[in-house]
Amino acid sequence: MAYDSSDIAAFKNVWVFCEQRQGEMMPTTFELISEGRKLADELGVELWGILLGDNIEGIASELGGYGADKVLVCDDPLLKNYTTDGYTKVICDMVKEYKPEVMIYGASNIGRDLAPRCAARLHTGLCADCTHLDVDLDGYINFLKTGSSLDVDNVNFESKLFDVKKNLKMTRPAFGGHLMATIVCPRFRPAMATVRPGVMQRRPFDEEGAKKVELIHPKFEISADDIKAEVIDIQKAGRKLVDLIGADVIVSVGRGISKDVEGGVKLAEELAEVLGGVVGASRAVVDSGWMPNDHQVGQTGKTVHPRIYIACGISGAIQHKAGMQDSECIIAINKNEAAPIFEIADYGIVGDLFKVIPLLIDSYKEAKAEA
Amino acid sequence: MILDKKHALQQKLFREFAETEFTKELQDRLDQSGEFEWDIFKKMASYGFTGVKIPRKYGGTGSDSLTYVLMVEEFARQDAVLSIYVNTSNSLGGGPIMLAGSEEQKMKYLPKIASGEEVIAFGLTEPGAGSDAGGTATTAVKDGDDYIINGRKTFISGAPVADWIICFAKTDPSQKGSKGISMFIVDMKAKGISLGANEHKMGIGGYPTCDVVFEDVRVPKENLLGPLHKGFQYAMKTLNSGRLGIAAQAVGIAQSALDEAVKYAKERKQFGHALADFQGIKFMLADMATDVEAARQLVHYAATMMDTDKDNATRACSIAKYFAAEAANRCAYKAVQIHGGYGYIKEYKVERIYRDARITSIYEGTSQIQQVVIASDLLK
Amino acid sequence: MKILVTVKQVPDTSGKVAVNEDGTLNRASMQTIINPDDLNAVEAALELRDKLGCKVVAFTMGPGPAESMLREIEAMGVDEAVLVSAREFGGSDTYATSQIIAAALDTYGIEDDDIIMAGRQAIDGDTAQVGPQIAEKLNLPQVTYAGDIEVNGKEITVKRMLEDGYMTIKLKTPCMITCIKELNEPRYMTVVGTEECFDMPLTVMDYPALKDHELIDASTIGLKGSPTNIYKSFTPPQKGAGMILDGSGKETTDKLIGILNEKHII
Repeated sequence: MAYDSSDIAAFKNVWVFCEQRQGEMMPTTFELISEGRKLADELGVELWGILLGDNIEGIASELGGYGADKVLVCDDPLLKNYTTDGYTKVICDMVKEYKPEVMIYGASNIGRDLAPRCAARLHTGLCADCTHLDVDLDGYINFLKTGSSLDVDNVNFESKLFDVKKNLKMTRPAFGGHLMATIVCPRFRPAMATVRPGVMQRRPFDEEGAKKVELIHPKFEISADDIKAEVIDIQKAGRKLVDLIGADVIVSVGRGISKDVEGGVKLAEELAEVLGGVVGASRAVVDSGWMPNDHQVGQTGKTVHPRIYIACGISGAIQHKAGMQDSECIIAINKNEAAPIFEIADYGIVGDLFKVIPLLIDSYKEAKAEA
Repeated sequence: MILDKKHALQQKLFREFAETEFTKELQDRLDQSGEFEWDIFKKMASYGFTGVKIPRKYGGTGSDSLTYVLMVEEFARQDAVLSIYVNTSNSLGGGPIMLAGSEEQKMKYLPKIASGEEVIAFGLTEPGAGSDAGGTATTAVKDGDDYIINGRKTFISGAPVADWIICFAKTDPSQKGSKGISMFIVDMKAKGISLGANEHKMGIGGYPTCDVVFEDVRVPKENLLGPLHKGFQYAMKTLNSGRLGIAAQAVGIAQSALDEAVKYAKERKQFGHALADFQGIKFMLADMATDVEAARQLVHYAATMMDTDKDNATRACSIAKYFAAEAANRCAYKAVQIHGGYGYIKEYKVERIYRDARITSIYEGTSQIQQVVIASDLLK
Repeated sequence: MKILVTVKQVPDTSGKVAVNEDGTLNRASMQTIINPDDLNAVEAALELRDKLGCKVVAFTMGPGPAESMLREIEAMGVDEAVLVSAREFGGSDTYATSQIIAAALDTYGIEDDDIIMAGRQAIDGDTAQVGPQIAEKLNLPQVTYAGDIEVNGKEITVKRMLEDGYMTIKLKTPCMITCIKELNEPRYMTVVGTEECFDMPLTVMDYPALKDHELIDASTIGLKGSPTNIYKSFTPPQKGAGMILDGSGKETTDKLIGILNEKHII
């Protein structure tokens, strides 16, 4: 029987593409499995991971610990490293065979290469870089109560075109974070989404789940001829990249350091060090080449929600805010009292970061010494 | 005047280039060191900016005067001195060659000037001959196939970086005043040329200015530019179009004063309100905007006259230069005033704008000279 | 050999963005610009052209006024431009858009040694989907996130950037490469370019020009043919302003640390 993506009733279960690199699971995968569990429960179906690689059976069962019921393990030497062609072929063949109704990928450079290709081949819809997913309508409305400026009591959530209670509602920022849009894919399956790393909460690891998970070794076909774009080398970055997403404290710098770039970065590093945090940067700083782009926070950089976010000399353009406004405590230091960053800061100091940061370090050290 | 789509696109190009490339760091460096910045000059040249008024045939882009004033305005809006970087080759330096040069001279000099490979300066002013250029005391005496030049030119913009200088010298001492003057293209490396110390100017730092001294400088007769003894009329024609460039520069400076004032008036709070909420400030901003727009329209009109009816453009150019330069000074004054004490310290751009604006009503004909030109055209 | 570059005109989201009461974007109030990543693709194409002497053709899909963007790109040095524009194409999501652009590229003609280039993603939607989906629809290999491109006849070597390093990928033409901003520094228009661009070739491909292509049918293009639909759009909540501390001296930083201590934030 021909595969038909519009035969909605034929599709069942939630799938997560489990990205590994060099045999190591990408941390985002665990966030996605945790989120996928929620969606599967809302739909009352199973959660499957789909894992491609070479000799990767050993890392498959861990997925059960975060909520996967089953894992499709596609093991082949040709799948050792990610290739667009190889992975697209195997995933599409698996989707055609098992027909999941929802499929999510991490919005990594690999996920965002793979997912559009799969969606185009399978003739279905894909929503990029999602920050919130719901099936349950009440859950979605609850999310909007705090996550939007909508007056939800006066919004009509019904639709004549599709069942609002059963379709995946994929929410994402658009227009540089100025707008949020909730996207649906009502007429085709699987509904696909890539999910922004660092946004979904990872569940606590459950030993029982890891033991219970069922590993499936499906039959699939892949040959070297299928792979047109061939990976001939992989290099890890020489410098250790900053882990903004996992950081507890982030001290970020913006254009305000321009009069002494080196000095400004150094001060931020000092403050981050005493607070046990890392240094982030605004887009302006990265674009000017003052810091490498793995430090970038914001719409085009990373989304972070540390416990403390200290914005130094950052005006607070909406693109930047989009990446950090969910931080638990935001402290802003800026010379310009009208800077938009103060609109979202919990605490603000109007002053020159070159003067304020050293004082702040002193105050912190003194307070620690007293305590 | 509404720009057509070509000129609107060119305005966009000039604006994007200036906004991106004329960084605050570069502007501060130019202002503080007074040194010529070769990197930005070469980059400007690579996009064709140094040759907009030079015909295609001689390596330029063959654009019209409206393109030229749009470029100067947009550049000056970011940084007054960087607008001069693209000015000389198109007006005072390249102008006399385009006006009076032989085909051979045009082929020899213009392509390298248009491409920025070579820099040319304009040597008219002397210690005793400013607005009264007829008082030229520099002499050129025929000696076989050469001319021997002696004299001193003063306030020569770009002289320290120039490869060539257009030198005005008296070749017929028997003729009085502005008569009997000839133009020469002189190699700045020629024996007998020396430079005075760089002037410490009030503004437009970054385009060095100094005296050029000629002591028995031997110049081959092929370097005579235009007809013998009749150089002065070319000086006047060159200054005519040169004034248009300064007028455009003044519009750019006035606009930047307005930009800074509007930004500051919105940000700065006093008595619990933004400055912009006070009517006294609003009046000043409105006056500035009116000045800027009126000056711009006069400049665009004069540029269009230069493109369509060059022989009758003198009055329009002088009116544009006179009004725009005075408007730039008024706007700079008000912008500093709106900034209050902060306007008087160097960390704020208006401080430099105030100094840069001042030159526009002085060089290439003071405002008073423009009034004389306008009146004499009116009464002729 | 030729290089086909796909570009998009987008609202400039870096400035002030106005949102209508119904939660849609007030486009009329916004300036349009060439999508920044697409400029990197144009630059990459022009650099290859300068080296190899091939032709560069820019493609865009959009309403009539997108012509001004194509003229700008021609003023940068691109040889020719194609505007894909029809009412029937409006409202397309990434899937439908990629079908239409793929059909346009195919109609124009893709030869054995051609390269298609695109920006990584557009700043209005930030999806990064159209490039790979065009490649899929044309059945061509792709490399996304290109940080370096080397062309050797029909063999292309691309450095594909990852979050934690990079891959080196080898493939053959024809292929699709999507470009990131680190790849290069886009050039400006030139003055000569602005003088000439309005007389350069620009073709409009409308619905009749493409309707017979196998990728185009009513069920796969436009709003109706798009697999995804917008269910709701809204603005994110504004977080309330917090406390601005007086002064910026030591007593102020002491006070801040005091508050943070009290609240067990540090």
